[in-house]
Amino acid sequence: MFKRISHAAALRRNEKPAGAASLRRCVSIFLCLLCFSACKREQRQFSTPPATFKSYDVTMSDIRPGVGGMPMPVQNPADQHAFDANEGKRLYSQYNCSGCHFNGGGGIGPPLMDEKWIYGDRPENIYSTIVEGRPNGMPSFRQKIPDNQVQQLVAYVRSMSGQLRKDVAPTRNDSMNARRSEQRTERKTPVQTTEPPQ
Amino acid sequence: MSENTRTIPRLISTLIAALCFASCFSSCGGIQNSINPAGPNAENISRLWWLMFIVCSIVFVLVMIALLLSLRRRTTEAADRVPVLEPPAESERRRRNVVISLTTITVIVLFVFLIASYSSGRSLRLNDPTKNGLSIELTGHQWWWEVRYQDVDASNIFTTANEIHIPVGVPVNFSLRGADVIHSFWVPNLAGKKDLIPGKINTIWLQADKPGVYRGQCAEYCGLQHAKMALWVVAEPQEQFNAWRQNQTQQAVPATTDAQKRGQQIFFSTTCVMCHAINGTPAGSNIGPNLTHVGSRRMIGAATLVNTRDHLAQWIKDSQTFKPGNRMPQNNLSDADLQALVEYLQSLK
Repeated sequence: MFKRISHAAALRRNEKPAGAASLRRCVSIFLCLLCFSACKREQRQFSTPPATFKSYDVTMSDIRPGVGGMPMPVQNPADQHAFDANEGKRLYSQYNCSGCHFNGGGGIGPPLMDEKWIYGDRPENIYSTIVEGRPNGMPSFRQKIPDNQVQQLVAYVRSMSGQLRKDVAPTRNDSMNARRSEQRTERKTPVQTTEPPQ
Repeated sequence: MSENTRTIPRLISTLIAALCFASCFSSCGGIQNSINPAGPNAENISRLWWLMFIVCSIVFVLVMIALLLSLRRRTTEAADRVPVLEPPAESERRRRNVVISLTTITVIVLFVFLIASYSSGRSLRLNDPTKNGLSIELTGHQWWWEVRYQDVDASNIFTTANEIHIPVGVPVNFSLRGADVIHSFWVPNLAGKKDLIPGKINTIWLQADKPGVYRGQCAEYCGLQHAKMALWVVAEPQEQFNAWRQNQTQQAVPATTDAQKRGQQIFFSTTCVMCHAINGTPAGSNIGPNLTHVGSRRMIGAATLVNTRDHLAQWIKDSQTFKPGNRMPQNNLSDADLQALVEYLQSLK
């Protein structure tokens, strides 16, 4: 498909039968241009953007009071950025999330790399889990972690069970890996559970 | 008139050339300069630098003179030159002798350089001042320096950031670590460069013989704010240093006034406490610089801004305008809260 387009473009430009050389040139120019498509993958914003979502109540069932349907699912902007997801990984260890959740396998806190979610798997659920805290030990980080950093943490937490795109999820650690890198983690289908953490 | 039009541009170009030449000397003094040594290590390096500079200058001038002479000779003799198919034996021998002797001189000069360089490198490494010296553990972070003073007496160990005080005339041992990427420690007035490499401990030692304040700079590109990753070395007489160290080993002074107490409360209840430590309070994180005695430091932000009330307030509110990309987030505090926080931090002398 692309080849045919570049071939036609070459024909138009040269107004002579396009040889293999001009075709090759067009393809290579196209391949060079293709590189720019990844420009936004790691784009950084130095001034903190306002958070795109705030904490939401967790919906445990589809039944809702009153009229109107489910709220629209919210997109976490950090889900689209490799840089943000990696910052989330850095903050996860620096803010000592691993103190309870370990490297995702769980311990004092519930595991984050499996498919089970007690308080919801949506970005807004995880956001409110971090900001509000949860019973049985999850502290509230309200005002302690800036909104955009919470979003980065949310993206990283979701990458642990393979919820992010492969080109966004963090790759292997600098130090020894405790498990497969987030990028190589198979996507697990989230399951709502009411089981308390063991 | 034509005479004038020609002399004025010539005068101007001469002046510019003279200015350019004179400007070379402007870098001869200074607080971040390897040819303005203040200690034995730096002196060694600067001696080697001057040796190489002078010898190379002489060689350069001689080569230029030879080039000019040969150009001149060529133009005068070019007119009635006939190709020489077989040069006379005597001139051939003379030329060969010139080439052999110049090559020999070059090799000798290079060997002198080699030996001088090796021996000064050796003396930098071999002086082992482990006894009676001061021991400092320096860790490079993106983009600031963590300074930990070691001591056999555990109560004398303390951590500070971006400002190293050392006593004059005492050798100081550094063990260098990298927390994230490779950095390089370089205080040109006192010593050479040494890299801080993650997962490895490098060592370097230095000594200041003259009291003064010297600037150090990260010398290995380490990311966005590599250029604003600097530190100060304050070399001071032993008594002054002891007083400084005595103060640094103390816990933070308690908040006394209402504003300070309010500031402390803000510190504990907002983002500050997630990364910074203040010894003697519940704040104990070690991600960012230790702030136990932040009020006593000359600069903030790894020698980016002078430590004044205004700068500190602006830095806390939005450090990204001074150092885009640094790890400290913006803080959306009200003016009253910000002033209280600054009041508290400034009181931590």
